[in-house]
Amino acid sequence: MSEPLLRAAGVTKRYGARTAVDEVALELWPGEVMAVVGESGSGKTTLLDCLSGRLRPDAGRVEYQTRHEGLKDLYALSEAECRLLARTDWGYVHQSPDQGLRMGVSAGANVGERLMALGARHYGRIRGEAADWLVRVEMDPLRIDESPRGFSGGMRQRLQIARNLVTRPRLVFMDEPTSGLDVSVQAKLLDLLRSLTRSLPLAAIVVTHDLAVARLLAHRMMVMKDGRAVESGLTDQVLDDPQHPYTQLLVSSVLQP
Amino acid sequence: MSTGANAGAAAIEVRDLAKSFVLHNQGGAELQVLSRRTLEVHAGECVALQGRSGSGKSTLLKCLYANYRASAGSIRIGGTDVTHASPRELLRLRRETIGYVSQFLRVIPRVPALAVVAEPLLEDGPYDERAATHARQEAEQLLLRLRVPMRLWSVAPATFSGGEQQRINVARGLIRKRPVLLLDEPTASLDAENRFTVITLINEARAAGAAIVGIFHDREVRDAVATRVLDMEAA
Repeated sequence: MSEPLLRAAGVTKRYGARTAVDEVALELWPGEVMAVVGESGSGKTTLLDCLSGRLRPDAGRVEYQTRHEGLKDLYALSEAECRLLARTDWGYVHQSPDQGLRMGVSAGANVGERLMALGARHYGRIRGEAADWLVRVEMDPLRIDESPRGFSGGMRQRLQIARNLVTRPRLVFMDEPTSGLDVSVQAKLLDLLRSLTRSLPLAAIVVTHDLAVARLLAHRMMVMKDGRAVESGLTDQVLDDPQHPYTQLLVSSVLQP
Repeated sequence: MSTGANAGAAAIEVRDLAKSFVLHNQGGAELQVLSRRTLEVHAGECVALQGRSGSGKSTLLKCLYANYRASAGSIRIGGTDVTHASPRELLRLRRETIGYVSQFLRVIPRVPALAVVAEPLLEDGPYDERAATHARQEAEQLLLRLRVPMRLWSVAPATFSGGEQQRINVARGLIRKRPVLLLDEPTASLDAENRFTVITLINEARAAGAAIVGIFHDREVRDAVATRVLDMEAA
């Protein structure tokens, strides 16, 4: 493929006098995982929302490589086309699993729902696939009929990931996917995400403030400050040879255990 | 193996490479580590970088791997302009062309040693059962040759000894036959027997046509693998 999966240019989003995202450009290719790092308020999540079709930017362009029609302007798609993308080709993993799950239905239904939205109707097959995905995210398939309300934070997050990946998306947006979890649970989830992104393979944009998460998960990295992308490159380049004063400060401020 | 655009061209071509570090948060101090470094390495050559610590050996190796960005000059590897390549081109170059053995293993929590070693053979596309079986067998062969006890194969290397981790690192760096190999002290914490095995592995890679650049503090290792020595302290 000679065109990227996602291409953004000049993406800008203002809130009143404040510019939350300022002229950000990026290209993401199939199978690449990109981390967007920066402190709270740097515009990371706003950028993620602009890239994922959830928030129309005030200026700039976001294009996505559709399966049949090549690169298309995301904000020129009809609402129906956008919904279909969000349900099939894309995933969105929220920081808080409670936002990405339906707490009123069972674990199995949470996973099966996206298949049904694609037209799957065979109950046994949907249930079988849901159970299969519970296993892939290291959950006990015997808990398929339980409500996520009874699950721990780490389990809920894994369920949210299964719900997103069951339709085999090509691109997943993740907003701080591990930050609400205990450190030991974080490591397990990171390893799971890493092996899933590599074996499927899956492209992802991961917003995180944790440089260790970026190092482990991402091929590439973008550093944001005050809405601007101040530096980007291969993850190890940015972390080991930071060029921008802000990146140098960020990297040198991390405590090495 | 891809040999770049022109037949007979060097696998690694470095012209007037300079590397300095500007420490913005320490008064903008500038550390010049490399200046006007020129180097060519052809297939089947092994160049040992020599010089006291601080002479820029590791920095040169890291520039070749695009871990550090060159401040000036050019680096071409396998026909790719490393200094101007996009992240995507660099990722492909690392996958297909450059094997790198760093001094320390950066461990991935919870991934077993065997999978850590096999991974470079599985980076080209989606998961495929046959490729995975083949990769696992190749990894087993290497771990056997490097005398990593079988009981450790299914364990994540985080708790391994320094020497065991280093052998995992060497195996991971060499499992995929790539035309360029960068080695940063690949034998530093090994016993004599394993040192000898690593020497043999390096020489096998060179005989198969790899262009190699390495840092070898151990004189015995250097004499056994290097076809040429580059004195980093000479102007």
